[in-house]
Amino acid sequence: MGLFAIIVLVIFNFAFDLRVDTTAAVAPGALWVAFVFASILGLGRTIAAEREKGSLDRLLLCPVDRKAIYLAKLLGNMLFIGVVELVALPIFAILFNLSLQAGPLLLIVLLGTLGIAAVGTLFSAMAAATQARELLLPILIFPLIVPVVIGSVRATSDLIAPIANEPPWLGLIAAFDVIFLSISMLTFEFVVEE
Amino acid sequence: MTASAGDPYLNIAGLKKSFGLKPVLRGIDLTLLRGERLALMGANGAGKTTLLRILAALTQPTAGNVTIDGLDVARDAQQVRRLVGFVGHQPYLYDELTALENLLFFGKMYSVKDARARAFMLLQRVGLEKRASDRAGTFSRGMVQRLSLARALLHAPNLLLLDEPDTGLDQEGVQLVTLILDEHRAGGGTTLLTTHQPERARSLCDQIVTLSGGRIVHVDLTPTREVSTCRDLPCGGQGQVHHENDEHISHTNHSHPVEGYPLRTP
Repeated sequence: MGLFAIIVLVIFNFAFDLRVDTTAAVAPGALWVAFVFASILGLGRTIAAEREKGSLDRLLLCPVDRKAIYLAKLLGNMLFIGVVELVALPIFAILFNLSLQAGPLLLIVLLGTLGIAAVGTLFSAMAAATQARELLLPILIFPLIVPVVIGSVRATSDLIAPIANEPPWLGLIAAFDVIFLSISMLTFEFVVEE
Repeated sequence: MTASAGDPYLNIAGLKKSFGLKPVLRGIDLTLLRGERLALMGANGAGKTTLLRILAALTQPTAGNVTIDGLDVARDAQQVRRLVGFVGHQPYLYDELTALENLLFFGKMYSVKDARARAFMLLQRVGLEKRASDRAGTFSRGMVQRLSLARALLHAPNLLLLDEPDTGLDQEGVQLVTLILDEHRAGGGTTLLTTHQPERARSLCDQIVTLSGGRIVHVDLTPTREVSTCRDLPCGGQGQVHHENDEHISHTNHSHPVEGYPLRTP
């Protein structure tokens, strides 16, 4: 995952003309493309291994609320993706020659990652029951996370080069996170039980 | 709500289950009293495993009612799961964890008090105490089945659901299953198991129910068998027996549960 994110950033770094006036437009997109694709790699394995070995049933057999299992899986995914992001962010700053405010950027990354992981954890459970999960997972996830990714890209752009009259992207991402998280927690039970 | 004395411990009424348009169970009615044992028989695809999965609250029924100790399996699934110990076709273990770690993990999931002591007792009970620190992934099929049995007994369930529990076990392993089931029954535990061996079903169970095409086609009531003792074991229930594949399985006296650790919920 981490290697993949770094490779994407390096390729974008060489592929685009990164003069000062274009960096702010290009860099956030490159960053979030790297994060999204790296996340998909990890999300695909969230439940697949447990389904293959039958230990998912064992978890489901335990007298534990399905929401707790979902939240545990989500937390695990957030940790893995978070580590990748923490590795990739300094490399991103160096490659694109940006000096970023760590606090606000980490908040954007955290909220964006939560949205991606919330949807990804739910759909990885769904895709794990199919044979073509590696193909199915991105098809299921990408359309749903578009609002979060757009919000994250624009919020990151705004951080690099502030734009006047921008919508409150951070609030938008947070709202989507709440919606995704609520729906995913409520539907996880039905997804894993059949 | 729990079932009062005399009420069926397990009650299945009009149970149906379909996967998509394919019906798997087409109306099952069964009752089982506390302490009884029932064997489910039938060809592959008859619906035995699906029935066990519904009873274990792993799958929701499409129609019908299932109650265990007065609790509705669909509505009170979380409480029902505390009552049930399930051994399925798959071991439901983590290969990367040791035998002890597997039991401790599930002990936490079931909030088992004194989980470490109970895990050690059960490992001893199934003859795996010398392999407690070995990864489950290195175990033979028979050892995995023994560990699965220990895992299913960890939270002292009232109802044991065993899907072909003898799979992969040697003769002594099969005897061990018998003894554990006897101890479970002696404590008031109820058991529902599947098997493809009529003789085994007759020797273990009070009822034999045969499924075919998702329906009950035959019910056979058998005389209650005598409780077996350690004398039935080829090794007389004592000492160590070495096997080609399970060389570290020890066979100590299996006739009594370790004092202070009942195999089912008191």
